[in-house]
Order: sequence, then structure tokens, then C-alpha cells
Amino acid sequence: MYEFISGPLALISFAIFFVGIITRIVWYVKGLDWRLDRVAYTEKLGAGITGAARSLFHWLLPFNRTTANHPVFMAVTYLFHICLVIASIFLVAHVVLIEESWSISWITIPDYIADYMTLAVIAAGIFFLIRRLTDPNVKILTTASDYIVLAIALAPFITGYIAYHQWMDYKFWLIVHILCGEIMLIAIPFTKLSHFFLFFCSRIQLGMDYGIKRGGAKGRGIAW
Amino acid sequence: MAEEAKSQDLPPLVTRKPVKTKEELDLLLADRGVRYYKELEVFPVDTAALKKTLDATCKSRIRTWLEICAHCSLCADTCFFYLANDNDPKQIPSYKIKSTLGELVKRKGDVDTQFMINCMDTAWGKCTCCNRCGMYCPHGIDMGVMFGYLRGLCFSQGFVPHEMKIGSGMHWIYNAQMDVTVEDYVDTCKWMVEENEEYYPGLEIPVDKVGADIMYVVNAREPKHYPQDLAEAAILFHLAGESWTVPSKGWEGTSLAMFAGDWACCKQQVENVYAAMERLKVKRYVGTECGHQHRATITEGPYWAGRKSGDPPVPGLHYVEWVLEALETGKLKLDPAKKIKEPVTLQDPCNYIRNHGLTDVTRKIMSYIAEDFREMSPNREHNFCCGGGGGMNGIGRYRKERNIGLKVKRDQILATGAKFVVSACHNCWDAIRDLEEVYKIGIKWSFLKPILLDMVIVPDHLKPKEEE
Repeated sequence: MYEFISGPLALISFAIFFVGIITRIVWYVKGLDWRLDRVAYTEKLGAGITGAARSLFHWLLPFNRTTANHPVFMAVTYLFHICLVIASIFLVAHVVLIEESWSISWITIPDYIADYMTLAVIAAGIFFLIRRLTDPNVKILTTASDYIVLAIALAPFITGYIAYHQWMDYKFWLIVHILCGEIMLIAIPFTKLSHFFLFFCSRIQLGMDYGIKRGGAKGRGIAW
Repeated sequence: MAEEAKSQDLPPLVTRKPVKTKEELDLLLADRGVRYYKELEVFPVDTAALKKTLDATCKSRIRTWLEICAHCSLCADTCFFYLANDNDPKQIPSYKIKSTLGELVKRKGDVDTQFMINCMDTAWGKCTCCNRCGMYCPHGIDMGVMFGYLRGLCFSQGFVPHEMKIGSGMHWIYNAQMDVTVEDYVDTCKWMVEENEEYYPGLEIPVDKVGADIMYVVNAREPKHYPQDLAEAAILFHLAGESWTVPSKGWEGTSLAMFAGDWACCKQQVENVYAAMERLKVKRYVGTECGHQHRATITEGPYWAGRKSGDPPVPGLHYVEWVLEALETGKLKLDPAKKIKEPVTLQDPCNYIRNHGLTDVTRKIMSYIAEDFREMSPNREHNFCCGGGGGMNGIGRYRKERNIGLKVKRDQILATGAKFVVSACHNCWDAIRDLEEVYKIGIKWSFLKPILLDMVIVPDHLKPKEEE
């Protein structure tokens, strides 16, 4: 069981993850149309790149008005995303597994930091859940898939935490953890989790729109 | 009974086609919306055509926006309709687009009449396409752009507010948003010269002057209802010593077709203006104090006209850009003693501030004309829509919604303590006038031209000769 889940299934999950992402990015870029979108993407590429860079800078970092207007929610959101990405990519156990399978490796973070980050992801996830259940503004927008997506994103962290601390049957929770991770990898290209990479597409597109057409050439650098 | 039978004999008012003849237009104008909306209640949706349009035009950008919306509600308080309606969750931009365009895409166009009427009431009655929400979405989702797209879908199916159908019809027939012909326009130009040349010797409004530096393009409301505005523009160009002209054909720069979502008409309208630029071989275009005219002719227009560069044939300036240039170069000199003494505030129109970055231009102008200039809060690209943009001012069906929406602008103005609002945009000007009418807060409002004319120093050689 463990061999299958951590071997071929992991390979398949990563394959779906990467092929899915690349396919969707290609689909996204091919679907951009200077006439329909009314943005001269290629003719004014320079202004577009400047706009895109500005857009990414202001939104990858907390230099935007939404962060100023909603500091608590945005702080939790930044924390959630940063911890989620760093803890899963730089965890010693993950890097070791990948090195054993594919002979590639990279730097790692100490386990106790990953442990705190995991707790932060779970805590932020609970915050999002409570907000979804109680805030009338969020409630009206929420669909079943929002809960499923949140569950998919949190499951690897909850199961990973249980497995790491060996509270219960380690082998069982390890298998569940790996399965949850694989479900997440597979879900990323096909669900709202696709914002993992489509966020960049969308931000770059809007940045180009503003940079090329909506005042990029004339304004003083609007942080859209 | 007899009356019903009679109305059945009349040609239908609701169709999926734009209005292109005077007869159809007169019929719509005479109806005032009563029979029109009755017909709309039972007008069928051509689902096959809708699906075809979606397949052809709803591409990765919009589909991605709809898909990756995190349903986080951060856009809620960015929308003035949400704020003005006591934080009603049904006014959250994300909810509004998700329940209309989102569903439409999900169902691949398989929707019914009531659904389309809801789309129409949302796209025109709950959104002015001010694009403010898009500036605050962490994912970069521009719901204003999507509502513009939805308007196009609605128009193609005939589900469009009465006045918008008329508006695009006017553009099809007159190449103007109102029934002003080229002859009417040229006559108005002559008339305005006659009225004012006594005070400004040598004043002219050169029509179709080839090779002029500036081609000035107006909003049809000006010749139709406020011809004095045209005279003021002429006087200011005259005093600044500009080489300028107005085109006969192609004189009108606005586009109610853009508000209506009639993209074919947008193309025809803007190509008229571009043809005039090329015919008259002018160096630059200057548009009047209108926000959506600038958006339609300079920002979006090139794309409708199929210009790959995204630029109009000659550089396009909004009136405020020309004013600032004239002030900074000294072409226009203002009498500092005549600066406005009382507190004065400034309305930032979405269409050339948020959507064309002219944020500092108007502020620099204010430094020439006002002693006590007070910013609204928020301002510049973060400013709220006046409440009347995107065609909202002109649609009777949503008058109640519009008036509720005006509360946000009212409170912004009141907070400045100023009783005088400068607005270099026709729609903002109207909305502010109407908010005074509805809420009576004791304010005045003005375009820039009358203020400038009041302060400008007339060079000696342009002064009328004293009678001996």
C-alpha cells in the first residue's frame, strides 16, 4: 500500500499537476485576444511588462489598498499562503523523499519551523471556515465547492501534523497524509485551487491592461 | 380588448437588432418604455445564438476570472452601491457578476427570459462599470469589464434598457447620441460665433480646416442643450492662439453605444471620428469635458476600429490635458486675483482617472483656479463613481436605484466642507446636479470652461476696440 501510494501514485499526481498547470497556462495565454480584451498585448509589450511587474509587486507584497482596508483578513491570508507553500516545499521529509526517488534536492527548513507553519496554516484555515459560516457577505458568495476546496487544502496539513507527532497509528496517518497531498496536487489544475498559478496569469493580464491602455503611459503608476 | 388588439398590430419594439431607421426610433421614443418593458417580459431568449456568442467571445480571461474568484467578499466595500444600500450582500460586485454572467457561462447560454431580465437589471441597474472593484481584488478580477461584456450579451439578445436601445439607435442614425445632424451642428457653430464675436473680435469656429493643430470634438448634448459650452471652448482656443478646427462629419465623440453594449455601433461611431482626424490631417485630438467620450474615442475606440496599436490615428487628449498644457505653457493666463475663494472640491471621473491615469492633471489645474481646494476622500483612482456613470443617469427604470447610489457621492462632498464641485465630465456633472435636486445639500457645480473663462486674462490685441 505505502509503496504504491508513495511511488507510482505520487508520480502520477505530480505528472497531472505539472501537465495540468502547463496546459492551463497555455490555454490561458492562447485565449487572450487583443481585440476582444481590448489590450494591445504584443504591440505595446514594454508598457505591458512594466504594468504586469507593478501589479505583481503590489499584490505579492502587502503594498495595496485592500491590505490597508482589511488588515486582519489580509494578514491571515498572507500568512496562510506563505506557510502553505514554504512548509510543503522545504520540509526535510519531503525533500528527502524526492531526493531518494529522483535524485534532486534543495534547501530545507528546520522541522520545528515547519511545525509552526503547519499550525499557522490550520489556524488560518479555521479562520476562513468561521468567516465563511458567519459573515453575511461571505455566506452569500459561498458554494459547496468552497468548503471542499478548503478541505482539500487543509487535509495534508492536518494529517501531516498528526503523522509527524505520531499521536496515533503512524503508518496509517502517513498513508492518509500522502493521499491527501496527492489529492491536492491533482485538484490544483481542475478546481479553484488553480489560482495557485492562474493568480499570476490574472494579475499579469490586468497589470498589462492598465499598463498599456488604462493610463499606464500617462498616469503616475496606479497600483491596481 | 380593443386596445390590446390595436397594440398587437403595431410593429414590435423589442427586437434583437439595433435600431437603424428613423421610423423605428420614433416608435421607441413615443413609447416611453411602457409597451417596451411589457414586451420584454415575454420576449424569448435565442439560447442557440447566445451559446454561439459565448463560445466565440468568452475566452480565457473572463472564464478564469469567474473560476478563480475566491468568494472572499473583499470587493464588497469597494462598490458604492453596496455602501449606499446599507451593506446589502446582494450588492457585492462578486455576487452580482456570479449570479448573472457566472450562471450564464455555467449554463452555456441555456437561460430564460426572467434570467435575462435579471441580467439586464443587474448590468445596468446595479453597476456603472466604474471598474473600482477591480482595483481592490487581490486576484485582479475586474468585474466592471465583465459587466461591460455582459451588457454586450444582453444587447445581442434584445434585453437592454429602453433608453440604451434608443441611444445606440441615435448613433446608428445620426452618428451622435442625440438627433443632431451635421447641418445642425455646423449651424450651431456659426450661431455661437455670431453671438460672441462682438466681445471677442476675430473669434471663429473653423469647420473642417485641414492641417490644424487640434481637432476639437464635442458631446452632442452641447450643441443640443448647452451651445454656450461650444462657444466657451471656442473662446478659450481663440484666446490661447490655437490652430484648431471642428470636423463636420465626425463631430461627436460620445458613445451611448458603449453603455448599451452595441459593439458594432461603437465601431461605426468611432471610425467616423477617426476618419475626420485623417481627412483633416490634424496633429492632435482634444475632446470636450466628458468622461465616457474619452473612454470611447481614445481608450477603447482604437480596439473597436481594429487598430492593433491600441492608439487612435492621432494622439488624443482629454480637455483637462489641453487646459493644463495651456496653463503651463502660458497660452492661457489666469488672473490670480480671480481665483475661487470659497472651498472647492473636485470630482474624479472614472473614465479618465481610474481608466486613463490622468490623476494629477486635474489637481494641477485646481492649483491655478482655487485658493481653498479640498480633496474628497477617497480620491484620484480610488474615487467613487459619481453614481450616474455607465448610462445610469439616463435610464428611467433605475432612477430609484440611481438616487440611492448618489448618497455616497453626497456624503463625500459634504465631508469636504466645500459647497462648490468642479466636474470635468458630463455624466458626473449631471449626477451632482441631480443629487442636489434630490438631497438639497446646497452645493453648486461647474465644468471647467466657465470657471476658466471667468478668470482668463484677455490679451490686449484680442480685446474689442473701444467705441470712439
